[in-house]
Amino acid sequence: MKDLGLYIHIPFCRSKCYYCDFVSFSGKETKIDEYTSFLLKEIELYKDILDEYRLKTIFIGGGTPSYIEGKYIGRILDKIYKSYDAGGLEEVTIEVNPGTLDEEKLKIYREYGINRVSIGVQTLNDNLLKAIGRTHTSLDFYNSLELLRKFGINNINADLIFGLPDQTLEDCEEALEKLAHLEIEHISYYSLILEERTLMDKWYNEGKIELPHEDEERKMYHKGIEILTSRGYSHYEISNFSKKGFECKHNLFYWKLKPYIGLGLAAHSNIHKKRFWNYNNFEDYYNSLKRDSFPIDGNEDIDHKMEMAEYLIMGLRLIEGINKKDFNERFNVDVDSIYKDVLNKYREQGLLYIDDQWIRFTKKGLDLSNIVYVDLLP
Amino acid sequence: MSNIKSSNIRNFSIIAHIDHGKSTLADRLIEKTGLLASRQMQEQVLDSMDLERERGITIKLKNVRLNYKAKDGEEYILNLIDTPGHVDFNYEVSRSLAACEGALLIVDASQGIEAQTLANVYLALEQDLEIIPIINKIDLPSARPEEVKREIEDIIGIEAEDAPLISAKEGLNIDDVLEAIVKKVPAPKGDKNAPLKALIFDSYYDSYKGVVAYIRVFDGVLKPGMQIRMMATNKHYEVTEVGVTTSKQEPVDKLEAGDVGYVIANIKNVKDAQVGDTITDHNNPTAIPLPGYKEVVPMVYCGIYPAEGEDFNTVRDALEKLQVNDASLIFEPETSAALGFGFRCGFLGLLHMEIIQERLEREFDLNIVTTAPSVIYKVKTKSGEELSIQNPTNLPKETEIEYMEEPIVTATIMTPTDYVGAVMELCQNRRGVFINMEYLEETRVNLHYELPLNEVIYDFFDALKSKTRGYASLDYELKGYQQSDLVKLDILINGELVDAFSIIVHREKAYERGRSIAERLKEEIPRHQFAIPIQAVIGSKVIARETVRALRKDVLAKCYGGDITRKKKLLERQKEGKKRMRQIGSVEVPQEAFLAVLKYDDK
Repeated sequence: MKDLGLYIHIPFCRSKCYYCDFVSFSGKETKIDEYTSFLLKEIELYKDILDEYRLKTIFIGGGTPSYIEGKYIGRILDKIYKSYDAGGLEEVTIEVNPGTLDEEKLKIYREYGINRVSIGVQTLNDNLLKAIGRTHTSLDFYNSLELLRKFGINNINADLIFGLPDQTLEDCEEALEKLAHLEIEHISYYSLILEERTLMDKWYNEGKIELPHEDEERKMYHKGIEILTSRGYSHYEISNFSKKGFECKHNLFYWKLKPYIGLGLAAHSNIHKKRFWNYNNFEDYYNSLKRDSFPIDGNEDIDHKMEMAEYLIMGLRLIEGINKKDFNERFNVDVDSIYKDVLNKYREQGLLYIDDQWIRFTKKGLDLSNIVYVDLLP
Repeated sequence: MSNIKSSNIRNFSIIAHIDHGKSTLADRLIEKTGLLASRQMQEQVLDSMDLERERGITIKLKNVRLNYKAKDGEEYILNLIDTPGHVDFNYEVSRSLAACEGALLIVDASQGIEAQTLANVYLALEQDLEIIPIINKIDLPSARPEEVKREIEDIIGIEAEDAPLISAKEGLNIDDVLEAIVKKVPAPKGDKNAPLKALIFDSYYDSYKGVVAYIRVFDGVLKPGMQIRMMATNKHYEVTEVGVTTSKQEPVDKLEAGDVGYVIANIKNVKDAQVGDTITDHNNPTAIPLPGYKEVVPMVYCGIYPAEGEDFNTVRDALEKLQVNDASLIFEPETSAALGFGFRCGFLGLLHMEIIQERLEREFDLNIVTTAPSVIYKVKTKSGEELSIQNPTNLPKETEIEYMEEPIVTATIMTPTDYVGAVMELCQNRRGVFINMEYLEETRVNLHYELPLNEVIYDFFDALKSKTRGYASLDYELKGYQQSDLVKLDILINGELVDAFSIIVHREKAYERGRSIAERLKEEIPRHQFAIPIQAVIGSKVIARETVRALRKDVLAKCYGGDITRKKKLLERQKEGKKRMRQIGSVEVPQEAFLAVLKYDDK
């Protein structure tokens, strides 16, 4: 039996945040019921394919999975447990937004084995929250947290974004300190990247908003690392910090390029040296499933060379880096011999640290990772 | 050829402002006369080069022969000769017009007459052509055909009352155009018993047939087996094939006075069948060639270098291939300290240069780097030597130079009176000397200026267009050389002199240019892990300085839901950009940076 990570996409939100380019819709509440039933169908469809896999993690993401009624989440998980081998399940995460939780939902979450919750806090500055299109306040976050703890959720992640328009270093420091003080087990601290076709990108190009200067933005990052590591968090991935033993197991499937399946609109899968992704609109997604065919929109074959490159690109996101022995075991070849020139070049430039066992980014390398990545691509 | 007599032949071209619908009308005429079924027709048949289609302009001339049964019951042959539309190719335009008796003047029914329309009309009038106004795009809600008719009559002074009102796009009233061609364009004159006189208005190289020359026969007869002579070069060849262009090339027995067609005669290089040359009978030559031939001389030079990882020989092969088809392109090998082995190439003008560059990239899939364009300077050294310099790198030290001369052109700029101030300001900024201004009519003038060519090649045309909202047109001719206070401006990147960026400028302009180039390079050069100083210097004196700040952050957003594909695409895009870089010392310079030095700031 092989381990598998399972991702479930819930593409509904109360409203769309200005920086968000994920596949998610607001104002389509009437579709929730229908969507769920198609999702159940898709779960069913993968039954045979996944019979040699054992579920290790489930991640229900979105959108805002906590926005839809708890019963749907229950149905989805119930179907998963009935369809796949879930005996070895270690982590079941759901993404929630402050202000969308209630006791009823949490009861169902607990009942169906959810043991980790990821809250989209983003910032604790209410003015900033408003400016980026979030519909909750910092108070909503504190309330949600209380509720989660009350229901015994003892593995919580909080998402924070830095580099927001008008955000200051102090904003970031304050939020991080507070979260650390609240003993949140896991913190994702992301750099804002303007994605094409988002409102924020448009406003930025029109000169309507200004972003913190790059130097300031890096300060926010470096300061974040400093605060969290001094507060007992381990900085284990470029943007992720956790208390000991609370690393996100599901995301490790991505970073270590282990097999995962994504179900639902626009979800991505990586299995059998193939990557494929689902339709990103309801119509095509439904129509495929009506015909009992996989709702797959596109796919990419990953050849040996590409797989090695991706393994390095994803793996270098981890602070410990790439273990040379692991690489050799997976690909039957020495990483040093294949990437000799690139590795040497960036070691000399101070972006990579390399010893007998490990290859990892230096502090400078974490800020300039793309430079290395580009050269690793075949 | 056919049994149609020469009185039933009509030779015509179409002149128009860009976007007024020339190519679309050509398509409709072709379709209407049944040459091609509309569904098998590629859009805009005459503009067959990708590049032309994309830029919406015609670069190479083409011609096509249409058969038309007119309302008078007679069969006619209509030869449509296409013309390019840019000042760089003015000479080709005038040659193709010279092959016709008439021209269709297309005017957009909502926009009316524009500068380029007028410039082309004057070229046509110079050739004594019958001009038939056609009002196009009458299907648009903003069409105002009656006003446009009056405009044509007032400004150009030709009768427009009966001008066909058409929509080429919708295929409306195309018959009226065909009838007007038959009725108004004069039949060709000419004596088929006189010695052969044929004008080459286009030529290209075909890898199977050799050079194919498009010609208009004015006198005499041309048939296979004949010995012909090119009057400009005095070379002679045996004709192997003559024919006409329909949907393909169709061989015929002979071409006679009045006919338009092609000739193949074992010619190996288009240089030997140059546009404007007269073909005559080698054994019975005419005494006087057709008027108007001039040898095309390059006006603008630049270096073309293989980009990182590209092979010198592939670039040479590509240039050779282009040259077989383009007599006005010249090149020779040269070396640059920054760019290695490459070529110095000569062009008719900036557009010609850009076109060649793009063709190398697209048709031959080459990565190349182009250096700043230059003209030919004459240098008198203190030791009494006279040098011709077209690569700034070869300029002797300032202390060794007695004086320098630069080429001057006489420029004619036609513009609506509204923009006279803006145009004069532009010319003044470009060291122009005002000669005079003539009123063409109340709202339109011709401005005459003497301008240094090295000012014209830097973006002048674009600046003129943008200052006059596209209304002004430019024509220029080399006048001669003039002594001038010129200096060599060098650019240092990260402390290293990059010879490919060096330019020769007037001393008074050096500061401004130096500053502008440094600023542009700052924008074009991507940030590196270290700060990169950019300096503009004359001799050892730094006149401008900018710094590309060090890169502090280059990261991907979070990898959400395992969507690695998308992250990879972003990285691949970044990698693609890197391929177009040229390594200079430890700095990677993108190809666009080399073009940055030829942009002015006065738009």
